[in-house]
Amino acid sequence: MRNSVSNFIKEINMSLVIAQNLAKDYHVGEISIAALNGLSFEIDPASFVSFVGPSGSGKTTLLNLIGCLDKPTEGTLTVAGTDVASLNRRQSAVFRGANIGFIFQDFNLIPVLTVYENIEYPLIMVQDVPLAERKERVMKLLEAVGMADQKDKYPDQISGGQKQRVAVARALVTNPGLVLADEPTANLDHKTAYMIIELMKKMQDEFKTTFIFSTHDQKIVGEAEIIYTLEDGRIAGKQVKGGANNG
Amino acid sequence: MGNLFKIAIRNLRRYRRRTILTASLIAIGVLFVLVFVAVSGSFKNMIIGQITDSMLGHIQIHRKGYVASIDNLPLTLNMKAQAVAKLEKTFQGIPEITAYSPRIKFGGMFSSFTETTNIRLNGVYPDKEFKTVPLLASRITEGEKAIRKGEVVIPELIAKGMKLNVGDTIVIIATNKDGSVNGKQLRVGGILESATGPGGRDGYLHIEDAMEILRMDEMEISEIAIRLNNFNKLHSIFNTLNGLLSNELNKQGKPVFEVHTWEGLSPFFNIARMIDIMTFFIKLMLIAIVLVSIMNVMIMAVYERIREIGTISAIGTMPGKILSMFLIEGFCLGVFGAVIGNAAGLIIVLILKAAKITFEFGRQTGFVLLPTIDVSDIIVVSLIVIGVAIIGSLQPAFKASRMEPIKALRHV
Repeated sequence: MRNSVSNFIKEINMSLVIAQNLAKDYHVGEISIAALNGLSFEIDPASFVSFVGPSGSGKTTLLNLIGCLDKPTEGTLTVAGTDVASLNRRQSAVFRGANIGFIFQDFNLIPVLTVYENIEYPLIMVQDVPLAERKERVMKLLEAVGMADQKDKYPDQISGGQKQRVAVARALVTNPGLVLADEPTANLDHKTAYMIIELMKKMQDEFKTTFIFSTHDQKIVGEAEIIYTLEDGRIAGKQVKGGANNG
Repeated sequence: MGNLFKIAIRNLRRYRRRTILTASLIAIGVLFVLVFVAVSGSFKNMIIGQITDSMLGHIQIHRKGYVASIDNLPLTLNMKAQAVAKLEKTFQGIPEITAYSPRIKFGGMFSSFTETTNIRLNGVYPDKEFKTVPLLASRITEGEKAIRKGEVVIPELIAKGMKLNVGDTIVIIATNKDGSVNGKQLRVGGILESATGPGGRDGYLHIEDAMEILRMDEMEISEIAIRLNNFNKLHSIFNTLNGLLSNELNKQGKPVFEVHTWEGLSPFFNIARMIDIMTFFIKLMLIAIVLVSIMNVMIMAVYERIREIGTISAIGTMPGKILSMFLIEGFCLGVFGAVIGNAAGLIIVLILKAAKITFEFGRQTGFVLLPTIDVSDIIVVSLIVIGVAIIGSLQPAFKASRMEPIKALRHV
């Protein structure tokens, strides 16, 4: 599903993510809080995009909407040609499994599975890929993220940076068109954080996958090709590497 | 499916202490149920065996109305030879009937010439009687294990009370159905151990002696006791007999015969039923133990793994698979507890069997407790435990599968 949709999107030169007047309100009792307020943007396939901004600016909310984990209050959001707001719970799960990979701030590896099994998990539980193909894909990614020699270790036996490498591999193993990473370096030291961003860029080059990540780390932000700055739920700026396009 | 089991087992190992505690609780429940079932079943079967094999037989057939007046041993409600012949013909068509014994039951006066008492007697064909109630011979504690013509086997209470021994001469006097009194001098051929239950203190004599005492020209039978080759077929044979004999009607169009299993004739059946009810409640307690333990553990498991559930849900795991994951975890816990409980239960039962504990029932002593566990008991108890474990996991598993990934991922 991913290959066909993503290739089709690339072929017709269409944006992978299209947001128009996207808004998301949260209700705390009778008080309504606008987390996102009329966002419009487009993200092309195989791009490396970052959303930056202070805490509460709406980065996580936006990534949750793009990742079909939440629904917008207003506006439209199209991901890989699908109006994700119209998907029900089950359809959302299927869509995520086929099109989106996730990298979490806390790595979120399954503690009872080894490094190998964590990467293999989506291929078994989500995509039902045959054993031989699973092995090939997992080993390829283990090599790519430099974790092949650690494949039999459990998450509590490896470092934070290694966990995030495994998380990157797990996000890519289903060949998604889009990988979403919410503050992927927040729990890592600076050197390791930089290595993870470099790894993500390498993967983007190698697998032609779109990476969208959120961060508030200014040193890492610079690694993105396109940087959107969020403030109070609005896009306060867009910076394209090699030129600036504010607003 | 294999991967779901792998994850479930690893999660159980992850919380090892909790898993061991819960499995132990389930195992203790299983152990108690199995030991109780084995011991109570052994007691029940032993007493039923004693009652049916030494006195009652498995099934009895009487003339309609006899059992209602059985305490009086009414000679007017005996079955005529023609009716008995009909019954014998019916028995020939039922291969499960291995033996039957026609009996003339009557009450009389028993005199040792110096003392007199009353006695209940069974006139029997010895061969047929010993085949139908094989433990009767073992109850004859003194004298030859036989019922001969001209002899009477008397209950030990009468023998002791009247200071009678084997070989002593006694007189039995009885009134026949026409009201005339007759007596016959007999020799004490044996002394019979008392048994708990109806007929447990009756004496025995040859059927021809009984006919002579009662001045019967033609044989009239009070009851026919039947033995089956398989006690487990009791109710099906009872139904067959009942069906066949219900067609036998008298001139008033009413049934001629009445058929009873031992259950309808012995008060021990109520004790047996009480044991069954207690077993049922013990099983209910096991269900409660398993249900509460598993639910508690699975609720904790879900609560502790909310972020994990959010993660696997976010990466596209379908709710059904998340549900299965937790159900399998509960299933494995149930299997684990059941296996340990069954093993421990078997060991305890073997120890009890080896200990050869004896007990008394009524006037009978020296019953050796021989608890046994049927494979069916193990299967039933295991299925209950595993089934309840799955049911107990259902609510937490359902909750996990319905969890919104976004909320689960935010959980701290």
